[in-house]
Amino acid sequence: MSRDASKLGFYLLLAPLLLWLVLLIILPHIGLFVVSVSEKVGVREYEIGLGNYAAFFTEPLYWRTFARTAIMSILATGLTLILGFPIAYYIAKLTKGRTKTTLFLMCMIPFWVSELVRTYGWMILLRESGVFSSFLQYVGLASGPVEMLYNDAAIMVGLVYTSILFMVVPLVTTLDSLDDSLIEAGYDLGGSSFSILREIVIPHAMPGIVSGCIVVFMLSLGNYLTPILLGGKDSLWFTGMIYTQFITRFNWELGSAFGFLLLALSSVLVFVGLKLSRQSLSGTMGR
Amino acid sequence: MTDAPDLVCRDLVKEFDQFRAVDHVSFEVPQGSFFSILGPSGCGKTTLLRMIAGFQAPSDGELLIKGKSMIGVPPNKRPVSMVFQHLALFPTMNIGDNVGFGLRQRGVNRTDIKKRVEEVLARVGLPGTSGRRVDQLSGGQRQRVAIARCMILEPDLLLLDEPLGALDLKLREHMKLELKALQHEFGTTFVYITHDQSEALVMSDNVAVMNHGRFEQIGSPHDIYYKPATAFVAGFVGDANRFSARVKGSSEESLILETEAGSTMEVEAKMADLNVGQHAQVFLRPEAIELAKSKEQITGNSNVTSGTVTSVLFNGANSMVALRETGSGATLNVALPQTGAFSDLSEGDEIFASWHPTKARCYPGDGA
Repeated sequence: MSRDASKLGFYLLLAPLLLWLVLLIILPHIGLFVVSVSEKVGVREYEIGLGNYAAFFTEPLYWRTFARTAIMSILATGLTLILGFPIAYYIAKLTKGRTKTTLFLMCMIPFWVSELVRTYGWMILLRESGVFSSFLQYVGLASGPVEMLYNDAAIMVGLVYTSILFMVVPLVTTLDSLDDSLIEAGYDLGGSSFSILREIVIPHAMPGIVSGCIVVFMLSLGNYLTPILLGGKDSLWFTGMIYTQFITRFNWELGSAFGFLLLALSSVLVFVGLKLSRQSLSGTMGR
Repeated sequence: MTDAPDLVCRDLVKEFDQFRAVDHVSFEVPQGSFFSILGPSGCGKTTLLRMIAGFQAPSDGELLIKGKSMIGVPPNKRPVSMVFQHLALFPTMNIGDNVGFGLRQRGVNRTDIKKRVEEVLARVGLPGTSGRRVDQLSGGQRQRVAIARCMILEPDLLLLDEPLGALDLKLREHMKLELKALQHEFGTTFVYITHDQSEALVMSDNVAVMNHGRFEQIGSPHDIYYKPATAFVAGFVGDANRFSARVKGSSEESLILETEAGSTMEVEAKMADLNVGQHAQVFLRPEAIELAKSKEQITGNSNVTSGTVTSVLFNGANSMVALRETGSGATLNVALPQTGAFSDLSEGDEIFASWHPTKARCYPGDGA
């Protein structure tokens, strides 16, 4: 009796996860995959083939955008790590109690607002008639309005800003678990701050660094709003390209193929990243 | 070899917001000796050690290592290494990298590091373990790795912060001897802090007993045990029967005291500067008391009392009996002689106890 009841409980608890996975992830992907390998040969006539994937490789605009998206995302991930690490270190190691909680909360507060609103915030700051431009004119550093929106730097700023929390949180968690006496032992044995960072702190924080990087990279690669709004019509982000195929050109077949290519790209890069950092997915995500 | 002591502290003070953790501590540690700082937890010994290592700056006073002032010198520039309480071996490195860490910081080349790591590991009795991970070693082995990691730098001073605390009893006993042997082998000055008196007594050349941020006494383990300078030392180091008493009479040689429970005893007069009427605390070691089956067997001891055995605490060579004095009802713990002469004692037996006036220690104060 009790065994049956506990079994029922197990399945009931598992059900939402299974439903979510099957209905919203697996089924649509199967559908998309079927669409992506269909080639249109006439009105409502389709054949199975890899023509959509071939189109991607023959048209330079597609794979260049693809490569650009990947490189920009990697850059954004690197920048987020460089900016996020000192913040996380400060919160985890140099503050205690109330200050720590307050600082952590301050990192989170911007994320209580929707991404759209935050991105508009950046537009207000960066646009030609925006805050920075007006300020530069006011102090006399610029003679006319300065356009800071609609370029790669603006996209980068937006991407880093959107994803920095997802870097700081895992880093704070892993750095918190670093015993202070290890750092002291490093100094005691004659280590400089730099060598202690390199030999003790970073190896310890590696799982956090890798999991933060994976999340930030995925978020950047799959981001649509930030590149479109801050990069303007020249942003050329691969998600934008998928959107165009689906919505503007009604070419679902090519759009689906792009979707799968993006999935493959992110999987391959995460795999390479894990291999390079000698971490395992379960080791970094299972924490 | 210079004559200057390896470590000199003069009037060292460390103040925190609310209290003074280290209060005008002065001491010298001669070269190549094993110096222990013994005290209950919270007495300031860890703060003192961290000041020597350089993790905390003293509020006042002087700190000299090999004759050079260390005030303002950061920990990575001091000729001092420290074995941490939980050892602080780097879990992300293997044993060889752990031990070689200090040499890498000094920019020694790889082949030399490898050679010296093997040498020092062999000296601590762990040859060929450099490729192992930290979690593959036992507690005692890690201890030795932690020492090797410090000794490879040939520090002038090795600080040890209760490193045996985390080990089980049997291993702790073993490591005591091993630490002493390692100290002898390397010839380095060790400064060891502990709250465990037996660690301090077994290993040290000199022991400082610390309480409330002050040194109560500095001396050899023998002096600390047999000639405690203050009531705190007498009570903290070793077991002792403790009596609160009042001076009833005094002569050239001896003091006559009356305990609160009402029994009288005679102690040597030179122990403490006490006048008639003053309060005193008397400490008497369990092993200083002799047992006798009858009054006639007692010779030479002027303090004689009789009592009933209330309990026998068998602990091998350290067995004790608790007596209730017939007159006063006070409890007296007596060590059983190791000859086994009184091994047949049992609860309720009547027995005589006696001790010589020179064996008791007597201090002014009411023992509050």
